[in-house]
Amino acid sequence: MKYKDSIYNPDFIRNSSHKKKHTRSMKAVSKIGTGATYIILVVISFIWLIPFVYLLLQSFAVKFEPEYFIPREFTFNNYVQLFTDTTYPFWKWYLNSFIIAVVTTVFQTILVLLTAYSLSRLRFKGRQAIMNLILILGMFPGFLGMICIYNILKLFCGGNEPSIFSIIIIYCANSAMSYYIAKGFFDTIPKSLDEAVRIDGGNNNTVFWKVIVPMSKPIIIYTILISFTTPWGDFMLASMLAGLKTSNWTVAVGLQTIINTIGNETKMFPFFCAGGVVVSIPIMALFFWLQKYYVEGIAGGAVKG
Amino acid sequence: MSKPLRILYKIGSFFKSIPLAIWKFLKKIPFVILKLLRKATIPFITLKDALVYGDWKVRLSFLVCGFGEFTRKQVVRGVLVLLLQICFTVYFSVFGWKMLANLADLGYIASAEVPINTPPYTRNFYLDNSLLILLYSIVTIIFALIMIYLWYNSIRNSYVLYKNEQIGKEASDKEYLASYVGKKYQNILLSVPMVGLVLFTIIPMIFMILIGFTNYTSDRLTPIKLFDWVGLQTYANLFASKVSNSNLIIQSFLHVITWTLIWAFFATFTNYFLGMVVAMLINKKTIKLKKLWRTILVTTIAVPQFVSLLLISRMFDESYGVVNEILKSLGLIKKSIAFLSTFPITNIVIIVVNIWIGIPYTMLICTGILMNIPEDLYESAKIDGASPFKMYMKITLPYMLFITGPYLISQFVGNINNFNVIYLLSKGGPNFTFKPGVTVPTQLTGLGRSDLLITWIYKMTITNNPKDYASGSVMGICIFVIVAFLSLILYNRSSSVKNEEDFQ
Repeated sequence: MKYKDSIYNPDFIRNSSHKKKHTRSMKAVSKIGTGATYIILVVISFIWLIPFVYLLLQSFAVKFEPEYFIPREFTFNNYVQLFTDTTYPFWKWYLNSFIIAVVTTVFQTILVLLTAYSLSRLRFKGRQAIMNLILILGMFPGFLGMICIYNILKLFCGGNEPSIFSIIIIYCANSAMSYYIAKGFFDTIPKSLDEAVRIDGGNNNTVFWKVIVPMSKPIIIYTILISFTTPWGDFMLASMLAGLKTSNWTVAVGLQTIINTIGNETKMFPFFCAGGVVVSIPIMALFFWLQKYYVEGIAGGAVKG
Repeated sequence: MSKPLRILYKIGSFFKSIPLAIWKFLKKIPFVILKLLRKATIPFITLKDALVYGDWKVRLSFLVCGFGEFTRKQVVRGVLVLLLQICFTVYFSVFGWKMLANLADLGYIASAEVPINTPPYTRNFYLDNSLLILLYSIVTIIFALIMIYLWYNSIRNSYVLYKNEQIGKEASDKEYLASYVGKKYQNILLSVPMVGLVLFTIIPMIFMILIGFTNYTSDRLTPIKLFDWVGLQTYANLFASKVSNSNLIIQSFLHVITWTLIWAFFATFTNYFLGMVVAMLINKKTIKLKKLWRTILVTTIAVPQFVSLLLISRMFDESYGVVNEILKSLGLIKKSIAFLSTFPITNIVIIVVNIWIGIPYTMLICTGILMNIPEDLYESAKIDGASPFKMYMKITLPYMLFITGPYLISQFVGNINNFNVIYLLSKGGPNFTFKPGVTVPTQLTGLGRSDLLITWIYKMTITNNPKDYASGSVMGICIFVIVAFLSLILYNRSSSVKNEEDFQ
């Protein structure tokens, strides 16, 4: 009796059922675990998709009724209204946002890559000073400086609201501040490659084009993606520079105004949803197309390792 | 020692080490000053040497920049410096000195009626403009500093050329220009970004810091009116209860600052840990359709934040929100809940919605790193009989924290200034309510209980009337102090920032 559960009991060894039982229970546990994980993932996906489904459904609604998640009647008119509405010239905002985002992307990508390359690859007097300066500047809310720029631009425009090009200038001029991720990525490219090029008689320029650019496709695409989506979705700066002239607004300012104007809560909601869908389309397309690079860029640059 | 005790002990020893760290820092200061002073004397010695031992060409380049250079075959360099000197002299004598002269009082007369010959026989002339005086003074000072540096550089170079000539070394433009492709390549690469930075970040920043010492509000908008220096008056109005009745401001300020820190903490860490958990769930070997799950989450990143946030703010609305309607139809509540305008509920809703916004980013970042953790670590842990939770605490978490440390810090700092989530969701509401009969200071107009410092500044300077730029500037400096303090502590403790070269 004493040795019933131990290896001194010959029966116990012969059967050794405890072992089988153990593995069986392990398998059961892992099966339950997998099942639970699937359930959690489904719930998560559900929660994450609901707002977008709601946005899409309501964009086709004839009339906004808060009681119905799925609208009772569907129409395509909201999308037509985006192009015809005169109080809220959505297509104009869309064009503004698009111009701002494209021009900013071109300049910002170039400037970010230049800054990141010089700070990552070249060693010179004042390098650390520039990095510290940018670090300290980043601690000030950049928004404060914008107020100053806004008032000055307004002064130079003779008291009128500044045009969208002022926004472009401000977005581009600050691009040196966002060099970190690209620099982090460049830092991981082995320096021996640079030396190999230099031995072959190359200078800094050749290093950039022959080593850095071919090896950093993810970070270049990541930079392009970020420089496009940031101005596209920026609200704070755009709302400050927008002023009262509706034709100068960007989509962010426009849609925010539509939804927060008193009296528009129910009337304009389907219009807002249609606008939201149209605004999301380019970014979504870009993202799903370039998702791979986005992940590689952010993983390689934001996080060293 | 048990685990919670150990954590407490660690926290305690961290705070215990602060005085020592400060003392160490203070002890370093005299040496640093001495070192800086010694460094600062070098230019003067060079200038003296050039003046005493140089020939007449070097001495003349004290007055005419670049003279010693273009007489010694570095024509391009010399002419460029000379041109810049002429530009500066013209700018300063025609325009700059007037601005500097007016800097002390920021102008006397804003505008004047002047009689003219044609009807309506008077015309309004704008004279002094405080905004422009302040701005151009800063520009002039920066221009002057750059000019002094170039002047010194040119004299030093003339002296070097003179010495080289004496030992028979010839200088040329070719060599100088070639150095810009080789050793000085960064000057070309960085010139455009740095000019942008100086013009559109540094000058505005200096300007706004100085605004904190004036009484600039939209009531004193130039060019119709002037503003003036008031010293520390704006600071006193906000923080010194003896000067004005600012107890209310101090109370609200403490509330805002506490909420800002709580928000930044929760927003950063809930996202980080939950995002890591989701990434680990998807990374499980037994889970199929990995790409599908990831893509579903990435949708949140792909839709612009302002669209999803405005939509969610609508969905949680008290009277028109679908969430309330659904809860009502399910019979869970009878009356609508004001999700975005009741004090603690709003703050909780904001943090929860932020989890929804932030998890996909963390998930994407963590996915790659999680796969890089060596598999044999887990194998050996399994053999030793470690539970999954223990493996997470001992292997996954330390590894992740080591690698994503800098990311976490930048997230924390970014969340302190996270304007979008707060403003687009609740607009900072619900507003503070004060006892009737209390005169509410103008700085508190529109301030709500879910406002961060940054949205407070936004309200002060953009949406309020009058727009109080001076107080906004003071608040901005508060943000700077907090952020600088936090990042100083955090960065000093993160190893991957210190060892920048390790990874190359």
